Amino acid sequence: MSIDKDKIKHTAKLARISLDENKIESLSKDLSNIFNFIEKLSKINTDKVKPLTSILDHSLRTREDKVTDGGIRDKILENSPNKNEEFFIVPKVIE
Amino acid sequence: MSNITNKSLTEIVDLIKKKEIKSEEVTNAYINNVKKGKKLNSFITESFDNALTKSKNFDAEPNYEVLLPGVPLAVKDLFCTNGVRTTAGSRMLENFVPTYESTITNNLWSEGAFLLGKLNCDEYAMGSSNETSFFGNVINPVKENTVPGGSSGGSASALAADLTPATIGTDTGGSIRQPASFTGTVGLKPTYGLCSRWGIVAFASSLDQAGPMTKTVSDCALMLEAMSGFDPKDSTSIDRKKENYSKKLTHNIKGLKIGIPKEYRVDGMPSEIEKLWEKGKKILKEEGAEIIDISLPHTEYALPTYYIVAPAEASSNLARYDGVKFGFRSTNGSNLIEMYENTRSEGFGDEVKRRILIGTYVLSSGYYDAYYIKAQKVRQLIKSDFDNVFTKVDAILTPSTPSSAFKIGEKKDDPISMYLNDIFTVPTNLAGLPAISIPIGHDKNNLPLGLQLIGKPLGEQTLLNLALSMESKSNFKQNITKWWEK
Repeated sequence: MSIDKDKIKHTAKLARISLDENKIESLSKDLSNIFNFIEKLSKINTDKVKPLTSILDHSLRTREDKVTDGGIRDKILENSPNKNEEFFIVPKVIE
Repeated sequence: MSNITNKSLTEIVDLIKKKEIKSEEVTNAYINNVKKGKKLNSFITESFDNALTKSKNFDAEPNYEVLLPGVPLAVKDLFCTNGVRTTAGSRMLENFVPTYESTITNNLWSEGAFLLGKLNCDEYAMGSSNETSFFGNVINPVKENTVPGGSSGGSASALAADLTPATIGTDTGGSIRQPASFTGTVGLKPTYGLCSRWGIVAFASSLDQAGPMTKTVSDCALMLEAMSGFDPKDSTSIDRKKENYSKKLTHNIKGLKIGIPKEYRVDGMPSEIEKLWEKGKKILKEEGAEIIDISLPHTEYALPTYYIVAPAEASSNLARYDGVKFGFRSTNGSNLIEMYENTRSEGFGDEVKRRILIGTYVLSSGYYDAYYIKAQKVRQLIKSDFDNVFTKVDAILTPSTPSSAFKIGEKKDDPISMYLNDIFTVPTNLAGLPAISIPIGHDKNNLPLGLQLIGKPLGEQTLLNLALSMESKSNFKQNITKWWEK
């Protein structure tokens, strides 16, 4: 299976990663090789197999819907690359 | 006391408990080694001031009723540490300082240990050679031009070089066991759910598991005891009583049944590894275990399955790095979308981008069933293989890796050959099983080689007992010359 340059560009768009034109070629080659390797799976018949969605015997634990922490706005903002006292700042979204 | 850093963690703990050495002395000895070991590039961040303060506090008011009294520990830089930057080996998190502590490190500190520093690793734990780190590759102390393995390469290197008495890593497809094998150390990946994932930078959430990396099997038992346990903050954490692994550790393995899977005898495997495997079987037999030939028929599909499941989960987990809430933000771009795209392009390295693209592709509309659902079905078959054999055997013995440590740069430009390194370790992550790598011998180039024992779910005690038996009979000795100190 070949992953051509257009597919790479489309996937990069979905993944929100900008790519230099010169990287697209080598990524196309790498991903094509990797998908050829993955292709091996099509040899097995899995028609009657259920997909494994959890390796645990128990289902995911839930907890009571109650507040366990809070009042940590400053902590949450601490690592933001651009913020004011109350908010994250992002490039203008609405004209 | 001379050469304290040559000793095992268990020995150091004993000496501290017997008051024959002070925590501060131990801490200074390791700080000294770290300073002399810069060539290895195993540390990303040093926490010497913290370590010295904590050791002095310990000596002033010692508490010996804990598992790791006054012990300095360096940990993989994937564990969030409150107030100490946590990079995951990425430019994206170069300046990220968590405001909280991971459950695992918190458990270690509650048992009396304290942080010595943060250890280098492949970027977001994606790699098998520690060459994908933004902070540069790590050197294997065994031999100057070789990789320490990955992704917990800094952990393995620092441990083997006596820069930390023990450490912790994470293992998504072999990232504890492969570097342990490459550096002649012991590495355990616990059962999925035994150690909390809370506060660990996520790679592939259904596969990630933290575990100990140590010089000896006894140390491994001690560390596992200290770090494991139920955590309500991790919804996949197993709710059960804590085990006393070190107390229950025994050489008695009589009557245990050990499976030898024929599918692990792969084409092109060096004869030395074949011989090592034979040596392992012989030891276990002599100690009273029974060797049984088994089959795990879907083994060859494990790696292709892994390279769908892991990137799919990674692409989803790493979507959070958008330059808004924490981490790196690019200054290029004129609108929000361009800011996202440039942030992720400049913040992530090549291997991480490669895996995000693979993951995005297999989850994208039109390909989801053909790749992702298919992989989940094959994952079920791989797990069933193990379920079947574990009705007949107590553990499985295999080589840890298909080769010894390779040269720096040797596989860097060939992703598939790099991925093949994890051929023996990946199946256990897919099945959620515990597995331990223990050093057994050296190859003709004097590079260490390890064997892997795979256990039943929550079969860590059996694995540790088998490993202890093999350790005592294999006569493995590190022959590290400390060339980097010259």
